[in-house]
Amino acid sequence: MTDTTHPQLKDQAAPKPPGRLAEFWSYFRENRGAVMGLYVFGAFVFVALFANVLAPYDASDQFRDYTLLPPVWAEGGSWSFPLGSDPLGRDMLSRLLFGARYSFFVGILVVVIAATGGILIGLIAGFAPRWLDTIIMRLMDIVLSFPSLLLALVLVAILGPSLINAMIAIAIVLQPHYVRLTRASVINELTKEYVISARVAGAKLPRLMFITVLPNCLAPIIVQAALSFSTAILDTAALGFLGMGAQPPTPEWGTMLAESREFILRAWWVVTFPGLAILLTVLAINLMGDGLRDALDPKMKRS
Amino acid sequence: MLRYFLGRLLTFVPTFLGVTLISFAFIRVLPGDPIIVMAGERGLTEERYQELSRQFGFDQPLLVQFWDYFTGVLQGDLGQSYVTKKPVFDEFFTLFPATLELSLCAIVLAMLLGLPAGVVAAVYRGKFFDRALMSTALVGYSMPIFWWALLLIIVFSGNLGWTPVSGRIDLLYYFDDVTGFMLIDSLLSGQSGAFLSAVRHLILPTIVLATIPLAVIARQTRSAMLEVLSEDYIRTARAKGLSPSRINGLHALRNAMIPVITVIGLSVGTLLAGAILTETIFSWPGIGKWMVDSIFRRDYPVVQGGLLMIALMVMIVNLTVDLLYSLINPKIRHR
Repeated sequence: MTDTTHPQLKDQAAPKPPGRLAEFWSYFRENRGAVMGLYVFGAFVFVALFANVLAPYDASDQFRDYTLLPPVWAEGGSWSFPLGSDPLGRDMLSRLLFGARYSFFVGILVVVIAATGGILIGLIAGFAPRWLDTIIMRLMDIVLSFPSLLLALVLVAILGPSLINAMIAIAIVLQPHYVRLTRASVINELTKEYVISARVAGAKLPRLMFITVLPNCLAPIIVQAALSFSTAILDTAALGFLGMGAQPPTPEWGTMLAESREFILRAWWVVTFPGLAILLTVLAINLMGDGLRDALDPKMKRS
Repeated sequence: MLRYFLGRLLTFVPTFLGVTLISFAFIRVLPGDPIIVMAGERGLTEERYQELSRQFGFDQPLLVQFWDYFTGVLQGDLGQSYVTKKPVFDEFFTLFPATLELSLCAIVLAMLLGLPAGVVAAVYRGKFFDRALMSTALVGYSMPIFWWALLLIIVFSGNLGWTPVSGRIDLLYYFDDVTGFMLIDSLLSGQSGAFLSAVRHLILPTIVLATIPLAVIARQTRSAMLEVLSEDYIRTARAKGLSPSRINGLHALRNAMIPVITVIGLSVGTLLAGAILTETIFSWPGIGKWMVDSIFRRDYPVVQGGLLMIALMVMIVNLTVDLLYSLINPKIRHR
């Protein structure tokens, strides 16, 4: 949302149009929030990848003599448990670090499943004859009529509560957004000359779909991918919180919150940190998403 | 105009059919045998099982079952709850006012704060105010509201002791439902302190539920305002020498409101999804908590019926928003 300072002027001054990536980066860099988001997201990915090296203990190690220890700066805290310990004497910091793994894994997988399915269906709808297009879009309308979290909740109830099922449910719920987006840009691209010329040159349908048209529809889809990455993390945490996502003792952030609910008035740290981790991650991704949109979406570039 | 109306109304029919079909299909695939759950009897004999299956219509072909369900739905018959044995339809409307009251308060709060925030941000574009407001909005937009609720409980209920943690009103007060809205009913009851108690119970859930819509409205208002402020008629108004407050308030905001109203209308789904979490945390006896409880109790008819009713409500609101939008904005209906 932070605005950019007249990017067109810069472009006019440049003698040669810069490469695509360089152009993208120059737009992206102007959004300071987005760059900050990128750093935080980078840190998050790093933590997710190297949690086993960074964490002082294993996520499920229980130190029964040290239950509900406050963080190090509070009275009674100790450096052996920098962010305190939970009711079972597990190190909060270690659990949070390992939790990053789950959120990262969830985000990637949900986005990949939802985007692949959504893009395929959207492409088909865009290229299909009218009747098929109508059927597909009506189906998507139906899915979108259900509040996403509710639909995911019921789907998980059917599939059985687990992290994998929560991810599948959320991917299904997010899919229609990709379908709509892809279809809209496909239909827009189909009217353009380059597609007509490719057709005239005798390009077959699959080539037309995936090589001619799809790459030109990617910009809004990439932005959507960033935004649904954060939605995936939030909704998985919400399902975990309701007891329908990852099951204890998994150190998933939402599940950790659910486990610590009864201690909220006695031990603020067991509640505060997992939520803060969710908020920071989601915020970073949304900041990045805003930057991506400013940099990629030609409609927004002008404003 | 009429054609657009009728066309839009017609799309409602297949969607409604599809939503009914999906909520019908769910009960078939949910784990556990519905007959055993429904009967609630131990050690069912084969004969008893067959008898129950006949009684509930499970021996019929699926298509017939769906047709029975569908015609039932059209007549407002969503089946009975396994747990309370009451009709799902009646339960829904008993609990709905609680959710409606909370949602209305949340959306009013979101608009009261979000609209001015968006306008101020747009007017001071790029300045400190804009950045501060939009950063706050982005934090709100990224908020895991179930955590936000717990934090508010820690601070306001735990440390300060200002607000209660759960329910709609203190148990001291008892009065009959008149409207189902606690704020109105407590006033009507004439019991001193009842209204105040209802308000105190409402504050935290309202803040929690309003958080995301508030952020969305602020962001949307800002971008709509920015778009309008660059229009020619605004420049004309400026050239005429109208005061900035008149331009921003009267000319710009009025036109910026169109997309904002659409967003508000379309956030009903978000509100209901948020209500699931908010109501569960604050033990608010509304639709969201009812759905979550029923899922855990495997009360399938309630899950099925509730899902259908909620989807139906979202559809009706979306339809209304679309039709209203076409009334306000002629560009849509002539496409």
